[in-house]
Amino acid sequence: MTTTTADPIDRAPVRVVDPATAVSRARPRTSAAELVSQTLLMAWRSLKKMRRNPEQFFDVTLQPLLFTAMFAYIFGGAISGNVKGYLPLLIPGIVAQTVLTTCMSTGVQFREDLDKGVFDRFKSLPIARIAPLAGPMMADVVRYLIAASLTFVMGVIIGYRPGGGVLGVLGAIVLSIFTGWSIAWIFAWLGTVARSARAVQGISMLILFPLTFLSNAFVPVHTLPSGLAAFVKINPISHLVSATRDLANNGTITAEVGWTLLAGLVVIAVFAPLSVRSYRRHL
Amino acid sequence: MTATAAIDAVGLVKTFGRVRAVDGIDLEVHQGEIFGVLGPNGAGKTTMLRMLATLLPIDAGQARIFGVDVQRDPHRIRQLLGVTGQYASVVEDLTATENLWLFGRLQGLRSAEARARAKRLLEQFGLEDAANRPLSQFSGGMRRRLDLAASLITRPPLIFLDEPTTGLDPRTRGQMWETIRGLVADGCTVLLTTQYLDEADQLAGRIAVIDHGRKVAEGTPDELKTSVGNSTLQLHLAPGADQELARRVVRRVAGAEPVLTPESGRMNVPLDTADRAADVLIGFRQAGVPIISVSVAKPTLDEVFLAITGHDADPALEVQ
Repeated sequence: MTTTTADPIDRAPVRVVDPATAVSRARPRTSAAELVSQTLLMAWRSLKKMRRNPEQFFDVTLQPLLFTAMFAYIFGGAISGNVKGYLPLLIPGIVAQTVLTTCMSTGVQFREDLDKGVFDRFKSLPIARIAPLAGPMMADVVRYLIAASLTFVMGVIIGYRPGGGVLGVLGAIVLSIFTGWSIAWIFAWLGTVARSARAVQGISMLILFPLTFLSNAFVPVHTLPSGLAAFVKINPISHLVSATRDLANNGTITAEVGWTLLAGLVVIAVFAPLSVRSYRRHL
Repeated sequence: MTATAAIDAVGLVKTFGRVRAVDGIDLEVHQGEIFGVLGPNGAGKTTMLRMLATLLPIDAGQARIFGVDVQRDPHRIRQLLGVTGQYASVVEDLTATENLWLFGRLQGLRSAEARARAKRLLEQFGLEDAANRPLSQFSGGMRRRLDLAASLITRPPLIFLDEPTTGLDPRTRGQMWETIRGLVADGCTVLLTTQYLDEADQLAGRIAVIDHGRKVAEGTPDELKTSVGNSTLQLHLAPGADQELARRVVRRVAGAEPVLTPESGRMNVPLDTADRAADVLIGFRQAGVPIISVSVAKPTLDEVFLAITGHDADPALEVQ
């Protein structure tokens, strides 16, 4: 070596890196506490990313504002005779719809992330394999919160007066966030199996449109033909919408809340393990 | 060698479909050295590195890093390694400081400790002025240095560098070389892949030459250079000359395998001494091989490389 180095005696104690110590300190696996802190750090990273790319908030801010006003004024007269009468039916429907659309971007973003160089580093780090997946999911709760709250705010501005009061509305928001978060696992799974972010987007739209429009989100079920009504009644989105209506309009916790929670848990139980499994295959 | 080898790999194999990307490579890297893995694009360097770094499953063979089994204990291995790939793998939406802090925290450093180390690393890598700037304003060289800094935040004893200077301008390349030498001074072991011979020559104490997934040569840079001969006879055959005949003459007279260069009709012959050039020319005259031009030169590193990988392309010739 031709590099200039201090003489060996001087250098010996400066050795900052000692393999033997490193080997003896290395732990065989991540602990539960490490998993939690790594997931939170990944969530922190996602939140920073959101803050620095405000365009990521367009869907959760513009969509509630636009769709609430649009649907209210277009369908209000036709469905309920006037706009004000339609709002108690519509607002919970829009909440469900926006929360679902927000889920979709979870999958798209995740797919984009997987293609970035930084995932190579995450893979090479001694961290829980699930943390880079769970972190962004945690951060997305903020987006559901914005989407659901803004819909209610917009509703109130154009004349919606929720009979369930503040508590009822808060309950409705919390339930929507939970449902959105659980359904997001479907899209996270899609993100891990699809070939590109565009593919995720395409497939997600195919799932989302029937799910939201073949529900009671925008029209009363009794106006539908019987075959369609049967599907609408078992659609989990219908349960979310009904539960949200009961909470926000009447302040009552009905069996619909239970069904919604159950559906959410079933989705998590099925799709969380699936996502983790196919995500690991990326590693 | 009483200390455990930093890397001890035997018979590593990785197949993608029918292609054996890595085809039975043995590797022993001692603690505290810079070991260079040299080979053209697609030789299997990166694949081998990724297997050792637990990023790809090992299809056959086994590897130990500081005595820890790579396949059985991947989580332990990840705590001993810093990996810097060909493309900067840092979080685009965070600042340089935030990146280093995040990677430190993820690996169990306390917040204050992570921040202190981040600051020191940024100073050491000449990035302190850019510490809080968004990465979109970083040049390619700055990203690479940040990427390497991110691999060092937990002070791993073994660093993998996958083509650390590919695509960098000469000045930045020199800076990177200084940094890599500094790592070894701190007690790190470095495994480096490169397609640049001068890089391997400059940095590595020992080099393995990889071609088509196999190790075709290993030694110090000097050993490799002398193994190909001390000088090279460059021949330009006349059009229509019998190339096969010329090869046979060279093999018989000089006892060496001629290396065909990409231009047609040109061949290089490694020689122990320049005197042997005359023997080859006389041989050509006697056998009736016409030539256009002749020159004798010191072997360049590119010739070393061509010569070595040329041998591998037709292993039967070595037996003769």
